[in-house]
Amino acid sequence: MIELREVRKAFNQGRTNEFWAIRGVSLTLEDNRVTVLKGPSGSGKTTLLSMIGCLSRPTEGRILLEGRALSGLPERFLTEVRRRTFGFIFQQFNLIKGLSVLENVMLPAYPIGRPRGALETEASELLERFALGEKARYRVEWLSGGEAQRTAICRALINGPRILVADEPTANLDTRLSRDFMSIVRDLRAVGKTVLLSSHDPEVYDSPFVDRVVQMRDGRVTDC
Amino acid sequence: MLLNPAILALLGVSAIVTLLVGAATAFGLHLLREWDIASGSELQLRLERRTYLIATLVAFSFVAELVSLLLFVYNAEAMHTQFVGAMCATGVLNVNPWGWPTLFLKIAVFFTGAVWLALNHLDNQGHDYPLVRVKYGLLLALFPLVLAAGAAQALFFLGLRPDVITSCCGALFSPESAGVAAEVAGLAPARAALALAASGALVLGAGSWVLLRGSGGGPFGAAGLLAFVVAIAAVVSLVALYVYEHPHHHCPFCVLKPGHDHVGYWLYVPLFAATALALGAGAVAPWRRVPSLAHAVPGEVRRRTRLAVIGYALFYAVATYAILRSNLTMTDVWW
Amino acid sequence: MPTWLLRQKYLIDFTLSSLLRRRAKNLGLLLVYTLIVFVLGSVMLFTHALRQEAAAVLEGAPEIVLQRLVAGRHDLLPASHLERIGSVRGVQKKEGRLWGYFYDPATRANYTLMVPHDRTIAGGEVVIGAGIARTRGLARGDFYTLRGQDGQPQTLRVADVLGSGSELVSSDLMLVSEDFFRRFFGIAPGLYTDVALTVRNPNEVRKIAEKLTLLLPDTRPILREEILRTYDAVFAWREGIVYVLLVGAVLAFVVFAWDKASGLSAEERREIGILKAIGWETGDVIRMKFWEGALVSLTAFLVGYLAAYVHVYYSDAALFEPVLKGWAVLYPRFQLLPTIDGLQVATLFFFTVFPYTVATIVPIWRAAITDPDAVMR
Ligand SMILES: Nc1ncnc2c1ncn2[C@@H]1O[C@H](COP(=O)(O)OP(=O)(O)O)[C@@H](O)[C@H]1O
Ligand SMILES: [Mg+2]
Repeated sequence: MIELREVRKAFNQGRTNEFWAIRGVSLTLEDNRVTVLKGPSGSGKTTLLSMIGCLSRPTEGRILLEGRALSGLPERFLTEVRRRTFGFIFQQFNLIKGLSVLENVMLPAYPIGRPRGALETEASELLERFALGEKARYRVEWLSGGEAQRTAICRALINGPRILVADEPTANLDTRLSRDFMSIVRDLRAVGKTVLLSSHDPEVYDSPFVDRVVQMRDGRVTDC
Repeated sequence: MLLNPAILALLGVSAIVTLLVGAATAFGLHLLREWDIASGSELQLRLERRTYLIATLVAFSFVAELVSLLLFVYNAEAMHTQFVGAMCATGVLNVNPWGWPTLFLKIAVFFTGAVWLALNHLDNQGHDYPLVRVKYGLLLALFPLVLAAGAAQALFFLGLRPDVITSCCGALFSPESAGVAAEVAGLAPARAALALAASGALVLGAGSWVLLRGSGGGPFGAAGLLAFVVAIAAVVSLVALYVYEHPHHHCPFCVLKPGHDHVGYWLYVPLFAATALALGAGAVAPWRRVPSLAHAVPGEVRRRTRLAVIGYALFYAVATYAILRSNLTMTDVWW
Repeated sequence: MPTWLLRQKYLIDFTLSSLLRRRAKNLGLLLVYTLIVFVLGSVMLFTHALRQEAAAVLEGAPEIVLQRLVAGRHDLLPASHLERIGSVRGVQKKEGRLWGYFYDPATRANYTLMVPHDRTIAGGEVVIGAGIARTRGLARGDFYTLRGQDGQPQTLRVADVLGSGSELVSSDLMLVSEDFFRRFFGIAPGLYTDVALTVRNPNEVRKIAEKLTLLLPDTRPILREEILRTYDAVFAWREGIVYVLLVGAVLAFVVFAWDKASGLSAEERREIGILKAIGWETGDVIRMKFWEGALVSLTAFLVGYLAAYVHVYYSDAALFEPVLKGWAVLYPRFQLLPTIDGLQVATLFFFTVFPYTVATIVPIWRAAITDPDAVMR
């Protein structure tokens, strides 16, 4: 369970262009649910997701994961928590060019130092599961959009996170691929994962697999 | 002044390392003034990120100082041909009064750096960085040491005059002359052997205690330092005699020469490494009472202690071996 | 394998593949880096070899050479001096030596004529150094004519050519008989060029030299250890000067390395951002970059040092030949004795790897503290 208490986030603090992107969000996100942050561009969805996912820290307020306060932790420990708890799927997929699909999937596990054999087996299994088994040795620049996203999903899952975070996952996909993505989300939920999405795409927030939609505007939650 | 590439390198490295550690200290002081671990401000984030730079600078300086300690000894050894009366590094260090202080300061820098890195490593495992103040406070001690080592070294090299007739290990470590070195050399071999054995038993015992009971890291660090001092004295007054197979040749450097199977490296490398580790263990141990470090301290202490004990054991084994295999019999001298 | 080791292995694997992916960019750096190591390494190995060569040569030299000075100039030494030396305690052996220089107009080179005391040479014969044999095209059994001090040509049969063991000194040597020598230079019997002394206890050399100057005030003793010391100092000093000159090159290299390290391409920046976003810690990125530097340094150092080694020891420092030995007509073709020593390697390390690393610390740190959420923007 994730709890946000009066979370606020400022950019360029103390300077003339100081900007409060999140202005007091309190929210509780239950485990094993699919939640969508919905709102117009610039409403603060990405900023909020990155704080929940331990990519950044709130300027004020507290974020608790299973009752443990994350917000006060230095980056070093946030990273620690992040790589065990969260998997990320980015809008631009963010795969590393020049590396193979398999290597891209294994990357998040490198700093953990798991034995290579076991890691490769697990990565290959994940790729099989997402119908990418044959492409494992391909370089990622040769993949189609859908394949690239599934590679990104595999990468997000490699460290066995409980929570998946996806920022605008369907922005670069057509309708069919967007639906495919949502069915993957359903499957992930079925195996017990918590999924957190941000989107202003109706394919996402109107999808039957979504449990909860949180409406955002100007850095505040307007409806949840 | 004598000019050669090694001197040039040593002077350059000292200057740069002093700058780097100076920068790290300045960053550290600035950081201490603004530090607020509870804050989520951008300033605090910048400061936290700066700790990575400081740690990198200190770690790098530590490695550079270690290599430069080696180079300093090598260079002194190599320069003995340029001074009348010098047969090895001892003679060169004696050419002017700054030789020995430079060496001692460099060793002090090495050990202080090792302690700093141990503390830093520990602190990085406490989610609230509880040792920030201790760490950057210690930088305030490290920096003057680095500066002093650099200054002493510069004075030493600038004051090297080829026309000086120096005295080498034969004279310096002869019991008849005055000074600390002579006193160390003048130590009766029997007493030195006794001291060596006692300090060895103490440090290995303290180490075993830590490994078995999981406490006593602090005393182990102290024992390690004591063992180090006694070990160096014993090398000069006892082990050297057996290595050279000569009842009056006390020299801590000649053992490094290839003629003696590099036995010096087998003695010094384990001894220095073990002492650095033991000091690290000693510095880390007291922090088990800090809640955020309680989980990390025992493991850190144990790991360092285990390696240190291996190092000391190796040192004592090599020293014993050097004595036993020697053809020197000291019956007349001893009893 | 322990976890921390595995972690380093992953980081190395990753950095290796990322180096290879940016081959073109890294090759330039590697080339410059290797070149720096090569140049500095060559200078170092070369002077070291010359130093050793000189020491090897002096190994066989007498501990003390006594020269007579008249009006501050080197003059011939009468046999009576030799007898008086006999009274100095500690002198084991004394020998009057005959040697001198001879200018050969045909090759426009100076040869050293010498009467050896460890072998006898027949009246009409000569033993020549390999350098002379080479330049004059002489072999054993050939005849060699030179013009003596009285203007008369003298013909000698080449009895032997000296081996090139330490050619540095024997290259221009001509060994002749005492008779021939005295006739050739017009030196009366009972006069010697100088005296070589062997001393029983090397620790007494200075004391004996002192006694000699008191006993024979018109002479000057030259000690072998003094020559060695001077050689050492001179070689070290020259090497030092060359290095001071090369510091400029090292600085240029540092600026170059700094520029390379801080001028990350957009692609690299994005990569680091991705790594941080997917769970790499700042320290992981720093370590990864550190391994990158270590790999580059190691390659440059090994290749550069090896190239310098080959250059100095197997091509006789061909690139330095014109600079360092250009003045000698009889350029000795000596085989330098290959050695590696810790002092040199450590010094070279401090002139190359150390500055490179210093130059890259801050750029690496800057790259490593990229915001983990940067890729989401
Ligand atoms: N690093 C930053 N510096 C300054 N302003 C930022 C930064 N990141 C985001 N913002 C601002 O914060 C607001 C919220 O951004 P974001 O969370 O990306 O919105 P969304 O994802 O809903 O489109 C925007 O107005 C954006 O311009
Ligand atoms: Mg967004």
